[in-house]
Amino acid sequence: MRPGRVAGAALLALLALGPFLPMGGMRQYILHVLIQILIWSFIGGAWSVMGRFGLVSLGHGAFLGLGAYTVTLLWNFYSLTPWIGGVAAAALTVVVALVVAYPCSRFQVVGHYFALVTLAVGEVVRLLIIAERNWTGGSLGLSLKPATGDSLLAMQFADKRVFYYASLVLWLAGLWIWYRVDRSMARAAMEAIGEDETAAASVGIHVTRFKMGITMLSAGLTAVGGVAYAQYISYVNPDTLAGIGVSLRIVFAVVLGGMYSLLGPTVGTALTIALGEYLRVVFGLRFIGMAETIYGLLLILFIIFLPSGIYGSLRDVVARFVRPARLASGVR
Amino acid sequence: MIDPIFLLEAAVNGVLLGGVLALLALGLNLIFGVVDIVWIAYVDLVMVCMYLVYFLVMVYGWPLWLAGALSVALGALLGLAVHLLIITPILGKAPVNQLLATGGLLFFLQSFATFLWTTDHKTVRLALPILEVGGMFLSFTRLIAFAISLVAMLGLWVFLRRTYIGTAIRAVSQDREAMALMGADPQRVYFVTSAVGGAMAGLAGALLIIQYSVHPFFGAAFGPLTFMICVLGGLGNMVGAFVASFVMSEIISIGGVVISTEMGYVIAFVVFIVMMFARPGGILARRG
Repeated sequence: MRPGRVAGAALLALLALGPFLPMGGMRQYILHVLIQILIWSFIGGAWSVMGRFGLVSLGHGAFLGLGAYTVTLLWNFYSLTPWIGGVAAAALTVVVALVVAYPCSRFQVVGHYFALVTLAVGEVVRLLIIAERNWTGGSLGLSLKPATGDSLLAMQFADKRVFYYASLVLWLAGLWIWYRVDRSMARAAMEAIGEDETAAASVGIHVTRFKMGITMLSAGLTAVGGVAYAQYISYVNPDTLAGIGVSLRIVFAVVLGGMYSLLGPTVGTALTIALGEYLRVVFGLRFIGMAETIYGLLLILFIIFLPSGIYGSLRDVVARFVRPARLASGVR
Repeated sequence: MIDPIFLLEAAVNGVLLGGVLALLALGLNLIFGVVDIVWIAYVDLVMVCMYLVYFLVMVYGWPLWLAGALSVALGALLGLAVHLLIITPILGKAPVNQLLATGGLLFFLQSFATFLWTTDHKTVRLALPILEVGGMFLSFTRLIAFAISLVAMLGLWVFLRRTYIGTAIRAVSQDREAMALMGADPQRVYFVTSAVGGAMAGLAGALLIIQYSVHPFFGAAFGPLTFMICVLGGLGNMVGAFVASFVMSEIISIGGVVISTEMGYVIAFVVFIVMMFARPGGILARRG
């Protein structure tokens, strides 16, 4: 693991120095793309916390939207600071997740059925936001009420570097939580549940408790991601933050990168965002939709030919070359 | 208070909407029952067929019935193509990947349609009268679409019950492994199923374009509803899907008149979620 650790430290140092590297006139744009990658990687990681155990949710847009809208509405109407509003948003989302996950777990709604139930939840949140247009702005979306100048209390800053470091910290926190789950008893329990619920229950694993816990964790983290995104973009829209579109986008980025590895969601998100930006720059406004078309085509090809994702497949290849060598040296 | 005649009108319109929804749900359910994969992009195939009919009728001046027939053929071809190109390579893979591969197709079709035909709403205008029955206004177009979809569903029923391959399809959906042991060719059953399911998408496209305008996000608008109807009726259960279509369309139609269009959908989706917990096997399943 030695070379891996060195590479990790180097990457981290590069990321920490990021805003001060010479980028010329592209600085603002590159920072903007990096912030988006960090926030969406965090959200992707939050999804994969439960997705990797076979709890494939196609409704994480619901949690994202709830988080973003709760914090925005609280700030716009009650001037409640996003620091408290964010906690309230995450709490509300966890409660909603609980309401959905409990019966799902009790009645063994798994696989296709679970995916479709969560898909319905995502659509319900999107349509509710549109239906309550008097205070959510409906499909037109809602802008954050601007604070006077830079304000820590309002989490609004003119300088992108502040958001960059905030999202970097958020991303690292996300990785840490993912790692902790990966190393916990919950992982073993959840894997057993994912394989066979009845068998897991028969060896004394509390199926409902573990499933609920992991779902609530995933939903809460996703809501935090929604809060971060809303604060950064300072505009919320039901179609970009709730519903089937964004839910699928999260899932795809993660699957593309590989949902069974720590950095998989990040790699997938970085690639999809970079690809989207690249195609947008190349094709511009002349070919609206072309970028997404290529994106969709790549997704199909990836799922057929690289089912464990780019990062996951690369790691497997590297492991195949590295492990035998290390075993041989261990024998000696 | 709302005039009861409006409610009655909404109820009748709900039945008419239910007919077309049932056609969509039966096509998707047929494929799911046999191939055991939810085609997330199913309604996007319908969208492509709607565009075909639009262009043939409005741009090239074809008669509607001929364009509709071609739409059915295109649907069948698309169904076969999806099965051969996307489903076959991942048949034995994790269900998640199968779900997501057709989701990738959804993205592809949606954005390719945006690229080719822009996001403008396109409509085929039919100069058909609106009937007035006892104070209610009913669209003749919808009545025709309803009648055709009923006939098509009857045709599907006869096909599944009375033909050899139909019997094989029903057998596979009951037990995949046993069917292969009995000497039936599962590949052939898959092909026929995907083609028939695709053809139903084509027919649904032809019937939908005369009632709704088509745009690249049509699949995203009708897709979730279609999946929910299938699950509500019990995945793979034809009669259940038929009943569920009318339950959902009534809720949407009446809810839309009483409260608002979005709330009609919200109520329908909430009913779906609650029913999922109350009867996970579908509304017609026996409680186990």
